[in-house]
Amino acid sequence: MTVDVSGQPRGAGDSMLRDPKVRAVFFQILVIVLFLAFVFYVGNNAVVNLEKRGIASGFGFLSQPAGFGIGIVLLVDYNAQVSTHGDVLLIGVINTLAVATSGIVLATLIGFVFGVLRLSNNWIVNKIAAVYIEIVRNIPLLVQLLFWYFAVLSVLPRVKQSINFGDTLFINNRGVNFPSIVPETGFMFVVLAFFAGIVGSVLVAKWARKRQELTGQQFPVLWTSIGIIIGLPVIVSFALGVPMHLDYAALRGFNFQGGWILEPEFLALLIGLSIYTGAFIAEIVRAGINAVSHGQTEAAGSLGLRSNTTMRLVVLPQALRVIIPPLTSQYLNLLKNSSLATAIGYADITAIFAGTTLNQTGQAIEVIAITMAFYLSMSLTISMFMNWYNNRIALVER
Amino acid sequence: MAIVKTERHAEMPPPVTQTGVIGWLRQNMFSNWLSSVLTIVAIYIVWQAASSFVSYTVINANFAGVTKDDCTGTGACWVFIKARFGQNMYGFYPVDERWRVNIGYVMGAVGLFLVLSDTVKSKKWPAVFLFGIYPVICYFLFFGGFGLEQVETSEWGGLFLTLVLASVSIFVALPLGIVLALGRRSDMPVVRMICVGFIELVRGVPLISVLFMASVMLPLFLPEGTNFDKLVRALVGMSLFSAAYMAEVVRGGLQAIPKGQLEAANSLGLGYWQSMGLIVLPQALKISIPAIVNTFIGLFKDTTLVSIVGLLDLLSVVKAGTTDKNWLGLATEGYVFVAATFWVFCFGMSRYSIWLENKLHTGHKR
Repeated sequence: MTVDVSGQPRGAGDSMLRDPKVRAVFFQILVIVLFLAFVFYVGNNAVVNLEKRGIASGFGFLSQPAGFGIGIVLLVDYNAQVSTHGDVLLIGVINTLAVATSGIVLATLIGFVFGVLRLSNNWIVNKIAAVYIEIVRNIPLLVQLLFWYFAVLSVLPRVKQSINFGDTLFINNRGVNFPSIVPETGFMFVVLAFFAGIVGSVLVAKWARKRQELTGQQFPVLWTSIGIIIGLPVIVSFALGVPMHLDYAALRGFNFQGGWILEPEFLALLIGLSIYTGAFIAEIVRAGINAVSHGQTEAAGSLGLRSNTTMRLVVLPQALRVIIPPLTSQYLNLLKNSSLATAIGYADITAIFAGTTLNQTGQAIEVIAITMAFYLSMSLTISMFMNWYNNRIALVER
Repeated sequence: MAIVKTERHAEMPPPVTQTGVIGWLRQNMFSNWLSSVLTIVAIYIVWQAASSFVSYTVINANFAGVTKDDCTGTGACWVFIKARFGQNMYGFYPVDERWRVNIGYVMGAVGLFLVLSDTVKSKKWPAVFLFGIYPVICYFLFFGGFGLEQVETSEWGGLFLTLVLASVSIFVALPLGIVLALGRRSDMPVVRMICVGFIELVRGVPLISVLFMASVMLPLFLPEGTNFDKLVRALVGMSLFSAAYMAEVVRGGLQAIPKGQLEAANSLGLGYWQSMGLIVLPQALKISIPAIVNTFIGLFKDTTLVSIVGLLDLLSVVKAGTTDKNWLGLATEGYVFVAATFWVFCFGMSRYSIWLENKLHTGHKR
């Protein structure tokens, strides 16, 4: 809406040019044309270049044999001669998810512990937490990963001289060996009992909340839930005559056989990621708890709540509202940072798929597109879950 | 007979247990039995950690010598760092030409001081120098020209390359980020969609995959025969990546400016670019400076990732040193050195950002 200040009559063309709506449409058409021209130019160049280099296009390579070995394979069978690049992708995805989920759990734990320690009234504990946070946050993650891998885990004793904890746990420069649980017939029921315990405890929590709203009586939900989740599988397993046994790792020849092993690559990545992200989470937790006004604590005290009840029922629920959004972005960072696995040779999606497969097939566009699509969809999944949780705990206003 | 005292008793000092060192200790370290146990455990841990750290890095460390054989003590072998110091700082930049890098450092430091310092009031000319003239000078100084011998970027390395990567990326990312942030808040749906798409796409993927993309796919997307320098590819990747993050920071600043400011500017007859450039952006950028510094710290730490696409930054030069057959088994020293170097830079910047935040928040403080 132009306002004519000159007082002179405007020509029709003049007003068209000066109309913001017309300008906006024109400008957007220009942007679309430029964008399409850019896409066409880039696409055309890519087609020409790919033809010149004799690189195939399409997703056919996913069913071609991969022909290279992978260090760490979980859950699936992998054979360098038979398995395809599609299998490589699957293993990469599984490995990334394995390190990212365990990293998120561990980082949250470290972050909350140090965040609370950072607020401690005890001067020296407070300062220890501060030093940890300030040191870890200001050193690049890649340097920390390389440090853990090359300077700590690689200089552990050799296999023959493993650090031995009662013949069950062995630590050496090829990883940490510990006994595995070998299921026997009927083990399915124990697993089922475990899940039934989780469902049961959810039901108990719902019932207890309803009862408290009606009668005001409280019910020890936490202890009951722990009892159900642990107790039910134990009872079922004894009823079936313990359908499992432990497989101990033992030194045979040059290496350990049997049991489970955590490889140094995985350990270095897990330790590095969780310590690094934990420091950021600790700062978020501290800021979140500080954001709850002191009046809330005082009000809770005047109502007669004890300090840990105040923390659990008054301070934490309000602090979580401040904590959750930045916590989500830390989880996303952890997932994305797990791609640094490639620097220490952990077989995640970036290392084996966007690395080895790309080099072998040369199909850069497809491989990078799949890798990016994976990270994008994982990021979206985490944000969706955290947004759902955030909405659940968000302040309900009129 | 009155036994009531009529005059007031002289004021007594508070009990010894509540003042001075003892009072402080009781209050802050031994307030209850749990705290006391924690204190004792913490002191033990700190003592163990500090004593082994000091004995490793200083007391039992080796400082003198030229080869690994000179390292006879049980502590760190700093001879390793000393012997390769030139390479760690400049990579394979010719020894005779390293003065050019140093001159660039000095000029940059002076420019930064003039722009950031509190005592210099007029920022116009320092800013013109730092953001306009200095990059041009540096290009010719580092790369060659005007009678200076040409030094290929493949010879650049060490801390020098790290600093070049970080400064060029921020120099490109900040304006690009501002444009993206304005685009994201634009009224035009097409512009907004393109900006949101770019920002969210880049922020959703790891930097490594962006760097892989820049180093593998950039040559595919350009006309045949265009040959790109490895450093330029990494710079393109890093700049685009940090521009997306910068855009979100700037958007935060833009959202904090009340709508009335823009409306007031419009009512004065200012067009879009005038009102943005003269009214909204100066305020938005000012409040987002601490966040911009924090993003820059992240960017600075992320420069280490270029070692994965084969550039010789500080980390990869030191890492290459640890696999040198004359210096095997010194990984700890190498990584501690890299970590300490990065720590000094990042900690300094984060202190600056906190100082700035306090300075800018004076109005709201109680």
